[in-house]
Amino acid sequence: MKSSVITFPGSNCDRDMDVALKKFGFKNKMVWHADAELPKSDLVVLPGGFSYGDYLRCGSMASKSKIMQSVINFANSGGMVMGICNGFQILVETGLVPGVLLRNKYLEFICKNVFVKINDKKNKYFKNVDNEVLEFHIAHNEGNYFCTNDQLKKIEDNNQIAINYCDENGKIEDQYNPNGSLKNIAGIFNKEKNVLGMMPHPERMIDTSLSGEDGSLFFKNLINNLK
Amino acid sequence: MIVNEQAAVDHGLKKDEYAKICELLKRTPNITELGIFSAMWNEHCSYKSSRLHLKKLPTKGKKVIQGPGENAGVIDIEDNDAIVFKIESHNHPSFIEPYQGAATGVGGIMRDVFTMGARPIANLNSIHFGSPQNKKTKNLLRGVVHGIGGYGNCMGVPTIAGQTSFDSSYNGNILVNAMTLGLVKKDKIFYSKAAGLNKPVIYVGSKTGRDGIHGASMASASFDEKIEEKKPTVQVGDPFTEKLLLEACLELMAGDSIIAIQDMGAAGLTSSSIEMASKGNLGIEINLNKVPCRETKMTPYEIMLSESQERMLIVLENGKEEQAKKIFDKWNLDFAVIGKTTKSKKIELYFNEEKVADIPVNTLVENSPMYDRKWKKAKLPKKNKIKKEDLKHLKIIDVLKKILANPNVCSKEWIWQQYDHTVMGDTIQKPGGDSGVVRVHGTDKAVAASVDSSAIYCWAHPLTGGKQVVCESFRNLISVGAKPIAITNCLNFGSPENEENMGEFVECVQGISEASEYLKFPVVSGNVSFYNQTKEEGIKPTPAIGGVGLIKNYQNMITMDFKEVNNLVLVIGKTEGHIDQSLFARNILDEKNGPPPEVNLFNEKNNGETLLKLIDNNLIKSAHDVSLGGIITAVSKMCIKGKKGINIKKPKYLINEIEYFFAEDQGRYIIEINKKDFKKVADILHKNAVHFDELGTINENELYINDKTKVTIDELSTSNKSWLTNYMSK
Repeated sequence: MKSSVITFPGSNCDRDMDVALKKFGFKNKMVWHADAELPKSDLVVLPGGFSYGDYLRCGSMASKSKIMQSVINFANSGGMVMGICNGFQILVETGLVPGVLLRNKYLEFICKNVFVKINDKKNKYFKNVDNEVLEFHIAHNEGNYFCTNDQLKKIEDNNQIAINYCDENGKIEDQYNPNGSLKNIAGIFNKEKNVLGMMPHPERMIDTSLSGEDGSLFFKNLINNLK
Repeated sequence: MIVNEQAAVDHGLKKDEYAKICELLKRTPNITELGIFSAMWNEHCSYKSSRLHLKKLPTKGKKVIQGPGENAGVIDIEDNDAIVFKIESHNHPSFIEPYQGAATGVGGIMRDVFTMGARPIANLNSIHFGSPQNKKTKNLLRGVVHGIGGYGNCMGVPTIAGQTSFDSSYNGNILVNAMTLGLVKKDKIFYSKAAGLNKPVIYVGSKTGRDGIHGASMASASFDEKIEEKKPTVQVGDPFTEKLLLEACLELMAGDSIIAIQDMGAAGLTSSSIEMASKGNLGIEINLNKVPCRETKMTPYEIMLSESQERMLIVLENGKEEQAKKIFDKWNLDFAVIGKTTKSKKIELYFNEEKVADIPVNTLVENSPMYDRKWKKAKLPKKNKIKKEDLKHLKIIDVLKKILANPNVCSKEWIWQQYDHTVMGDTIQKPGGDSGVVRVHGTDKAVAASVDSSAIYCWAHPLTGGKQVVCESFRNLISVGAKPIAITNCLNFGSPENEENMGEFVECVQGISEASEYLKFPVVSGNVSFYNQTKEEGIKPTPAIGGVGLIKNYQNMITMDFKEVNNLVLVIGKTEGHIDQSLFARNILDEKNGPPPEVNLFNEKNNGETLLKLIDNNLIKSAHDVSLGGIITAVSKMCIKGKKGINIKKPKYLINEIEYFFAEDQGRYIIEINKKDFKKVADILHKNAVHFDELGTINENELYINDKTKVTIDELSTSNKSWLTNYMSK
């Protein structure tokens, strides 16, 4: 399986994603934002970080960079595109997934483990994951998901919510919402579910010595689903 | 502007210093030259009051590749890997403008590290605020934490450990010390020594603006009521540009075109160019019209004194300019050839085709003033006699809860949750433990780091305090299973012109020297920050020690959380019942006098090294050093972290329960072992003449003392975790 990780100026989880993808069997290539062409890929990842310093709006400038037109075309033709954290912010700026990401409710950067409940398994990202709840890790300042009522209705009708913040038993309540996201949304799909944007970093959870191992579960499953 | 004695005084120079400048130049300096002298001769850059004493610090060792004098220290961690590290203060700017002050402190120290070719892999910080009741404290704390996070998080470097304290002596002068560790190949370390004639001098990074002019001079003076006017001397940080600068510099460093490289930190272009010339025994000629400026009509004076951030100065091999420029273009950074190295041994500046400065380099560096300031020796205070009646009415559990909730002991999760501590995917021990630990990427090795200070002990008796801080750093590294290698120090003190403050400095340095010499824990880098005072009110002496150690196989790392029910808990090291200057004495008995706990360097070394032996033999399940709040506080924290309880029995001692549990004697650790290993552990401890007590057995979730007193771990956890969150949300 071939993957590509895009490096924007200010990306800082690009290496971590490269390490994780390779660990689980992807042949990964790093792609520079100013390139025009995507290499042949089964998966494209927009990594976390602070692309363009998060100036103007998080993800806004990166969404206009040269490589993004190829990424958008790739997504529109059914290619798998995953945006993590800043990558999620870039995805909403391109319009590939609906909604926006506001500043965290308590106006503070949060770095900690959270639990997320998988809302939909009829997609290549979560199909065949045995668990209902995963322990993931977040590290962001702008992860407060928001959209209009009309958008939310569409998202729910199409079952586009990917994961919600919850407790370890999968209970989705306000107290388990770390950043004020609407409906505890931690990640969403586009309508076709080939594009996934999510705030948590599975690439930081790939080793028992790190924050946990549920990221390993996620990547192992993902590569199997793509085969 | 006319240059005379008054102008010099306005620049923070003393009258006799001005006379010396005129004598060295054999003429009156012009305004640009005066600015340059004031920037180089201030306390912050010249170390004029501290140089004499810093010479005492042991700086050599088998593992030391580079000691003080470079951008940062470098130590050997085997297999051609080296760690570059340093701690630096950004106290004055952070008090004036907490967000930018703290942010640029973090940015500055990271630049010091990557200037040497190392990729930063971990950040730490030591931050000290006034009393929680002081009306400025909350905003300063919030601003500093946001600033540290804002910069470090954007750079994508994990903040893995730190220290926060509150004391009214910081009401008018907070401390913000930032430390960075970087990883480099031993054969790819870069230095700041220029070499060769007619080599191009290159400016890279951000453009130069008017921010931070006189920042270093500001940091060399006390505060008064006009502090608000000093805001323009605080630099403004742009972590995004620094991230680009980091990547661009590392890309350029992969080749062989750099002769020398130096970041523009305090005193900007002035100190960076002069230091490179001085170390290479060369001259440098700069055309200031070539310097990329952010603002129009900047004068030579402003360009030379600006402390705009995210800039570097490079001496390049001839003919490599185009190749280097391509890299900086790719990262959208300025790149300009601004001058060349010369044989004149002078710093020569041109602007609009006129020579605007012409100063022999040695007058700025070797001939800079050095003072042997008067200082007062501190007496060891007399021990207090604690009356048994004072202790009778105290209930251990109530006292324990109070101590766990004390601002200087309580959980700092509110702070470190705002720092990205997991980016780079190698953090294997997060903040909140004895040390932060990161793996050396792609290897079995890991590096542990901690930062410590004990202002109370240093204030009570500087010599003992200085020793104690080094020992505490040593213990914090050993507690996670790391072999201590070297330290960096950030010496925060009041005015060197005050005999008592100067005495505190001299004796703390003496104490640090003695301990680091004995423990073979040399000082490889550091920084001195004097004038931490508002008007006449100085801070408590606060030397901060950043320690670094190596874990050869990260799978053997130790954490402090209790692991398993029925395991045994021991105390390593002897408890004498030293209560003076303990958290208990100061906060529960309200007794602020007396000597700090004695430091016995033999015991420190022996106890620590023996614990490392136990760890090497896989006999230790968890470990934690005993510090503020004594044995019971240490044990409680291990319970809280491991969500386990313990049945404690006070061993038969001459001292009473309160003294046994709350004393702050040094050289002690709490360890958890499996019952079946007891004999093996006891044998090793006996063989090495290490005293130990059997303290108790781990249970599900309650803390029992002598079978009669008990409290749930949940209750202790609440006491420990709620203070800071509640304080910040009010």
